[in-house]
Amino acid sequence: MASAVLLEGITKRFPGVIANDGVNLDVAAGEIHAICGENGAGKSTLMKILYGMQPADEGRMIVNGQEVVFSSPKEAIDLGIGMVHQHFMLADNLTVLENIILGSEPTLSGGRIDFKGARNHIIEVGKDYGLTVDPDDLVEKLEVGERQRVEIIKVLFRGAKILILDEPTAVLVPQEVEELFRNMRDLKAEGHTIIFIDHKLDEVLEIADTITVIRAGKTIDTVKPEDVTARDLAELMVGSELPTPETRESTVTDHVVIEAIDACADDDTGSPKMRGVTMKVHQGEILGIAGVEGNGQAEFVEALMGMRPLTSGVISIEGVRMKGWGTRQRREAGMGYIPEDRTRRGLLAGFPLWENAMLGHQSMEPFVSNGFWIQPEAGREHTKKVVEQFDVRTPSVEVAAHALSGGNQQKLIVGKEMSANLKVLIAAHPTRGIDVGAQAAVWEELRHARAAGLAVILISADLEELIGLSDRLLVMLRGEIVAELDPGDVTPRGLGAYMTGAAVQGGGS
Amino acid sequence: MRRKLFYVLAAPLAAVAVALVISSVVLLFAGSNPLTAYSNMWEFGTRLETLMSTLNRATPLYLSGVAVAIGFRMNLFNIGVEGQYIFAAIIAAKVGAEINLPPVLHVSVIILTAMVAGAFWSGIAGYLKVARNVHEVISTIMLNAIAVSGVVAYLLGVWDVPDESLDTALPTIPESGWMPPLNNLFEIFTREIRRVEVWGFLLVAIAVGIIYHFLINRTRIGFDLRASGENPTAAEASGTDPKKMIMAAMLLGGAVAGLVGLPELLGDSHAYNLRFTRNLGFNGIAVALLGRNHPVGIAIGAFVIGWLDRASGVLEVRGDAPREIVAIMTGVIILAAVVAYAVVERKRREEEAAAAAAATAEAKERLEAQRAEERQVGDTEGGGS
Repeated sequence: MASAVLLEGITKRFPGVIANDGVNLDVAAGEIHAICGENGAGKSTLMKILYGMQPADEGRMIVNGQEVVFSSPKEAIDLGIGMVHQHFMLADNLTVLENIILGSEPTLSGGRIDFKGARNHIIEVGKDYGLTVDPDDLVEKLEVGERQRVEIIKVLFRGAKILILDEPTAVLVPQEVEELFRNMRDLKAEGHTIIFIDHKLDEVLEIADTITVIRAGKTIDTVKPEDVTARDLAELMVGSELPTPETRESTVTDHVVIEAIDACADDDTGSPKMRGVTMKVHQGEILGIAGVEGNGQAEFVEALMGMRPLTSGVISIEGVRMKGWGTRQRREAGMGYIPEDRTRRGLLAGFPLWENAMLGHQSMEPFVSNGFWIQPEAGREHTKKVVEQFDVRTPSVEVAAHALSGGNQQKLIVGKEMSANLKVLIAAHPTRGIDVGAQAAVWEELRHARAAGLAVILISADLEELIGLSDRLLVMLRGEIVAELDPGDVTPRGLGAYMTGAAVQGGGS
Repeated sequence: MRRKLFYVLAAPLAAVAVALVISSVVLLFAGSNPLTAYSNMWEFGTRLETLMSTLNRATPLYLSGVAVAIGFRMNLFNIGVEGQYIFAAIIAAKVGAEINLPPVLHVSVIILTAMVAGAFWSGIAGYLKVARNVHEVISTIMLNAIAVSGVVAYLLGVWDVPDESLDTALPTIPESGWMPPLNNLFEIFTREIRRVEVWGFLLVAIAVGIIYHFLINRTRIGFDLRASGENPTAAEASGTDPKKMIMAAMLLGGAVAGLVGLPELLGDSHAYNLRFTRNLGFNGIAVALLGRNHPVGIAIGAFVIGWLDRASGVLEVRGDAPREIVAIMTGVIILAAVVAYAVVERKRREEEAAAAAAATAEAKERLEAQRAEERQVGDTEGGGS
């Protein structure tokens, strides 16, 4: 089969480091080609080069049989290459339709925008590939999965035949992943070529026609999924076995640390999003909350942290009702928070690491003295410890947070939250977007903290992680707790059924 | 270290160079010889008296720059310094003239009054933003007009002292409320300064700069403020109340803005009158941009703009060029500086990211070497059994 994309000897150097070192990639037209590798292996750089965001220092790029040199993404788009970034590039305050046509607006005579034509086109694209979205929804109201669909339609709308998807499944639940894979297969059937970056090996084996593994900036191997096992792939990626998220022997006590009774809250538009959530977490317990994104978990987390008011009900810590407590008071009472979206909630991108590590604890000793003076030295010392213990890879604690890769940023956030003196940790997707090695480290830390008596509320889209780590599992659907499960006897598939409402827990049993 | 210094200096130097080139072109078009113009400006500008009078100009500009910078650090665009300082100046002038206190106390009361008045005026914009979500640019522009053309114009009429002079002016502050000039202090190092009195408020401005530095960089409220400016949602998750921070930034900025009119009021005019210097608030925005919100940077920015203003007088006197050329130069410097800062910042970010990537790669290599070693050990052990 002809190659849609052929990269030969692509090399990209940054001062002091080679991100890509003679990478070869051969993507046949009409196939789904997966690129696997740990964080920092050079996948993203390679895709940025292919998409024209960065020039390669060396090497040749051949697209549809023609050698090309891109100086901007526009040139890549013109050749039918489209990219869906891991962090969505959408304008929140515009509608789906406006976002899709933004930058390539179809015009009628006189320069007016052809909204009607665009709407029809979008609905058509949606039908063809099963990508259903309402063109008139505001993007800020959409869930992650829907946003992703908007991004894909946006790319298709620009006539892309070669799609680059950067870790598309990182933010999705299994059912959504299945839907995405259906969409991908439909796209492939229509003759599109898909390059997708992933490090969830089961997924890669399921969907890909060809898999290229990259490690430390080099192409390690290109394999067919039928010839390898997940274990082989892991070996190729990291050179060691995949760890599993298992917790053994229970450390649960009967001391209730945090409790919610009949807690209700609204979303930003004022419609009820949490309807009577009741749950308790004990010392030394990890409570997992499963749910398809958008079923009230995010609101629950915000309510717990004091960023969203309860409309009724109670949340209390060690028996003390937290009504009217701000986020700071809750943090000072021993609550920690790993946010689901690190760039939005967790990081000050332009600030040095040590200031980032203080964030959330800036009102507490040793980072502040007399409640007033910031103590930079204490912050630096603490950050150095976090960097070491959580293996944050950075030249120093003085670099700005934006300089780190996503995985290292996440490790810093997890590390700074977990190294505080906590009673409760609310961990929303703590291992999202980090590689297997870092993932195992985070799991290990969670287990340690649990053994040391921490109460953890774990929210995750990674069901293996939920099942493996939790002592107890709750399922949230439409703002309610619909099931309580024992992680010992539930499979990801079974859990998924509860999450979508396909299975219902009987009242008696 | 040298690299760091390069990054700090590259942008402003590039900006000045670009400004010189563009101004030369403009001067040529205007039919003047740029070299003569520059050398005259330099010759006049380096005289002791010009430098001292530049300090008088730079002092209020510095305060204004700090007032704007406090807002900038919190991502607030406080354009209202203009209205805030004019409002504060007339209130402080009135209060100062009405009371009679011992020297130091009298001045302190005037300063405090001006800060409260400035904070009150900016607080209105803060309240509107917090309670009604009115953008601060809109509200401060409106409040500028209300302060300058409304409140102050009205109060001038009400508080005007009818006397034989035709000047519209408030009563004069008694001498206990004046700030003595710093000429004696400077003359320790220089020859006698003629015809210029260096305003004593310079010392207050320096103190404000020091307090600003420590408040922003070394205190909790400063950290909260900067965090909210950098990423409001992350700051909120860290326990910072975004509304409180908006209010705090507006009030602090307004309090400093209130000081902008005082160097002149306490050091020179001693009464609010129609000739009171205007536009210091708007120039403060330029100064803050030039100084990148940094206490020392703002000082340099204030001095540069103040110097251009004072040294340019000679152009007109000697007939080298119209004085307006300086307005063009100032504009070009600011524009060039903003662009240069952006370029340098990007470069710095890229290098930082590369260094971080290198650290990652290094750690990875180490890890791999370790793994390989472990495997070898494992193999030999396996072979042995």
